[in-house]
Order: sequence, then C-alpha cells, then structure tokens
Amino acid sequence: MSDSQALISRSLRRNPWAPRTLFSNVMTGLAIACAVIAIIPLVAVLLYVLINGVSRLDLNLFTQVQPPPRVENGGLGNALQGTFYTVGIATLLAVPFGVMAAVFLSEFVRDTRLARWIGFATNVLSGVPSIVAGTFIYSAIVLTTKTFSAFSGGVALAILMLPVIVRTATEALELVPSELRQASVGLGATRFQTVAGVVLPAALPGIVTGVMLSVARAAGETAPVLFTALGWPTWIQSIWQQANTLSLLVYKFATAPYPNQQQLAWAGSLLLVLLVLVTNILARFVIRRRH
Amino acid sequence: MLAKTDTVIHTNDLNIYYGDFLAVRDVSIAIPNNAITAFIGPSGCGKSTVLRCFNRLNDLIKSFRLRGNVQYHGQNLYAPEVDPVEVRRRIGMVFQKPNPFPKSIYDNIAFGPRLVGYKGNMDELVERSLRGAALWDEVKDKLKESGTALSGGQQQRLCIARTIAMQPDVILMDEPCSALDPISTLKVEDLLQELKEKYTIIIVTHNMQQASRSSDYTAFFNVEQTPKGRTGYIVEYDRTEVIFQSPKEQATQAYVSGRFG
Repeated sequence: MSDSQALISRSLRRNPWAPRTLFSNVMTGLAIACAVIAIIPLVAVLLYVLINGVSRLDLNLFTQVQPPPRVENGGLGNALQGTFYTVGIATLLAVPFGVMAAVFLSEFVRDTRLARWIGFATNVLSGVPSIVAGTFIYSAIVLTTKTFSAFSGGVALAILMLPVIVRTATEALELVPSELRQASVGLGATRFQTVAGVVLPAALPGIVTGVMLSVARAAGETAPVLFTALGWPTWIQSIWQQANTLSLLVYKFATAPYPNQQQLAWAGSLLLVLLVLVTNILARFVIRRRH
Repeated sequence: MLAKTDTVIHTNDLNIYYGDFLAVRDVSIAIPNNAITAFIGPSGCGKSTVLRCFNRLNDLIKSFRLRGNVQYHGQNLYAPEVDPVEVRRRIGMVFQKPNPFPKSIYDNIAFGPRLVGYKGNMDELVERSLRGAALWDEVKDKLKESGTALSGGQQQRLCIARTIAMQPDVILMDEPCSALDPISTLKVEDLLQELKEKYTIIIVTHNMQQASRSSDYTAFFNVEQTPKGRTGYIVEYDRTEVIFQSPKEQATQAYVSGRFG
C-alpha cells in the first residue's frame, strides 16, 4: 500500500542531470560521431574522384584510345573495351557454374556434411587474395597458351566471382519457402521441374543481385588482370590477345609523370566508382521489386 | 489401366516410422470413391502423416519409413516399380497454408498441365479449373496478376484450382481452412460439396463442425504415449453421423463432444 503510494507520488518529469539520462545522452552522441567518422572516407573518396575526374568526363573519353606519353587528349575507349571483355568472359563462366553449384548445395545436399565442406571451400576461395588468382591463371593458362590474353584475365576474374555468386545464390535459394517446393512436388513435378519451374524463378531477384555485386567487384579488380590481360595500348580484335582494363590503366597512368595521363587516371577512377555505384543501385532496385 | 473400384485407397496395418520412432501404427482404412472422408483428432496424432503417405509426399523426408501397404485401386503405392511422380499426378494435394507460386494466376493453374505437356486449349483449362474452384468470377479480369496478391481465401481456392487442373482422381486436403477466416472457410466447404461429384476427397481438419458439416466418413485418430514417443492410431472410423452421434468408443464420444483434445 505504502509502496504504491510512494510510486504514484514520485514525479514523472525527466531529470536531465540524472546519471542514467546523462549516460544515455553521451552514448548516443558517441554513436552519432562514430557513424559520421565511418561515412567520411566514403564521401571523401567520392568527392575527390569526382572533382579530379569530372573535367575529362565527355564523349571522347569513351570513343578514343589511350594516349601515348606526351600526347594530348585521348580517352579510355580501349580500356573500357577490355574491362567489358574480361568481365563479360568472367560472368559467362562464373554465373552458370556458380548458380548450378548453389542449386546443388541448396536443393540436393542441404544440411549434409558434403554441403558444409563445399560451403567451407567456397569461403576459403572468397578469402584467397586476388593476386593469387592472377598467378594461378598465369601459370595455368598464360604459360600453357604462351600468350597473355583478355580470356585469361576473364578466367582469373571468374575465380574471384565464383564464391560470391555461389554464396549469394545459395542464400537466395534457401530463402524460397519449402511450401512452394511441396506444392510443385505435390502437383507431380520432378525434381528438375521443381527447381527450374518454381525454385529458381522465385530466387531470381536474389541471384541477380549477387551476380551484379560480383560483376561490380570484378570490374574494379587489378591484381588478377595484372599478368593475365597485361595491358594493350589500343583497341583489341579478339579475346585471345592482350588487353587493357580500366583498373590496369588507372594503375599505370596514375604513377606516370605526364599530366594528361594522370588526368585520365582520375577519369578512369571516376568511371570505376560510377560503375560500382550504378550496379549497386540496380541491385537494390531488383531487390525492391521483389517486395 | 487401373480398374476403378468403390474403394479408392485401402491401407492394411500401415505403420509409419521416422527413423526408429513409430509415428503412426496399425492404420487400416478404406477410403470410398466420390465421397469426403475427414480425419479428425488431437494435434500430433498423425492425421497429416497418414494423409501425406497417400501421395508419397513423405518421400521428401529422409528418415521416413513405412511398413504395411497402401493400395490405390488395388495397386500398391509403395511397390518398387511405382513412380511417385505418377502417383502425385493422380492424387493431388492442397496444403494447410495457401502456397500459390509467385507467378501470375494463369501460370499458377497452367504450371501442372505444362509439366505433363498438356496439348489441349490451355485458356479453356484455366477457366474450367478456376470455375471448378469457384474463383473464376473474382479473378477473370486479372489472370495476369500475381497469385500471391490475392486474399488468403482466394489463394487457397487458387491452390484448389491448380490441383484440379491436373484432373486428378483424389484430392488430399491438409487442414485447408485453418489459415482462413470464417467466410472463406464456408466458401471452401461449399466447394467441397461440388468437388465430391467428380473427385474423392480426404480432408484433415481440426474443426469438428467442419468435419460434421462436410464429410461423409470420419476417422478419429488419437495418440498414446509410448516409451519412445507419441504414437498415433485410429480409434474409430465410420460414417460421419455415427462418429458424431453414436460412436462406439468412449474416447470418440469424449472428443466429438469437446470434453478433451
């Protein structure tokens, strides 16, 4: 009786100097400060690249090839071409293998020891430094075919994309409710018909998102193409010859002593950042359409 | 070709195991043609487990094992030469939770027929199936819209339409109304009466009013504690009015009058 009396008579007004209120406010402030500090690098990189690169962002950047030293103007056309070729080859290789592996993991051996082992191997592969993928392809393809090529660069990038695709696609497939599989099986669908007709379409947005993010990652990688695609000063005619990529060009031009090449390195960085940004936004768009 | 018999499904001393655990024992039941048979009983008594044996959906569970046999028009469903895919095309299933595919209403219906390479007029089959499930008038102008955008009751009727598009012989229903509101439930129950003209229906339900209103035959399941776990069994199986008005067993009487379970 007296306890509840005391409770009722106590003021409900907030006391700004109470220790718990003070502590709470300080911690909130700290969290905000940390969030701001975490965003600073991102904003700084974006602004820096934008400010330095935007001056060369015009049509010539896409239509002209890279300039030799001491030559003015020029563009990044051939490097863009090489990036599209290598990333395209990597995508064509990594997507079918990655998605099929994910189907196997999620639909055929889910929750088995085999699945755990493959999952573990995939995680290890995703942790392999990208330069290692480059050296591996250098000895496996470049040395055996006796030539650097856009193709070998693409294969090296595919090795980096594969674990990302396997993991995201497995997650997307495992999110498909088992009720849908039962509905399909209950209608007399075979395992293949269930996977191809129901499970894969239902998981498609998630799979596409994973693929886009891995494409964005591959486009920015330098180390795997460093001694596989190697670099090439002009347009290429086939995927079996050396090629330049945006990342390689930035790497070489940024350290060159010529102002024109340095400007183009900034423009190339800007293109890479925009590429990552656009694919991320597209991926988000795909996710949102699903809901 | 199987001879059509008055008894569609017949089980003899069926025992169902998950690993070593006996989930349901000694099920001997004869399901009559073109009638609605209801399975009632407390939770965990194995009604759904038995139901899923009838179209071999339990095959999806790794530890599942079965002793005894399930005859479908005199043929053993679990004979080694039987293809479960063929079984499921004749014995369709409607699930507890409406589970339309995330596809258009039209494609939901056409999914099954396409599996078997249906050669006839698909538009016609879709309309016929939706009419059969009393859904046509509500969706005829939006066949291209997603099946998942419908209300729960409409989704469940879409699932029924999807099942009858396969032109099955038997339809299994696993608590088809437990996720529906009373009005949708009544619509599905009305539908059941129409469907039994053409199909044999077996329905698992927790709702005793539903069993007594809709079904022709009722099997009452119960569950007993054994050292290894809870094992279900059939207490009594008879015409529905017998089960609800003059059951032979005390336990049935207690259950249908709401005194336990």
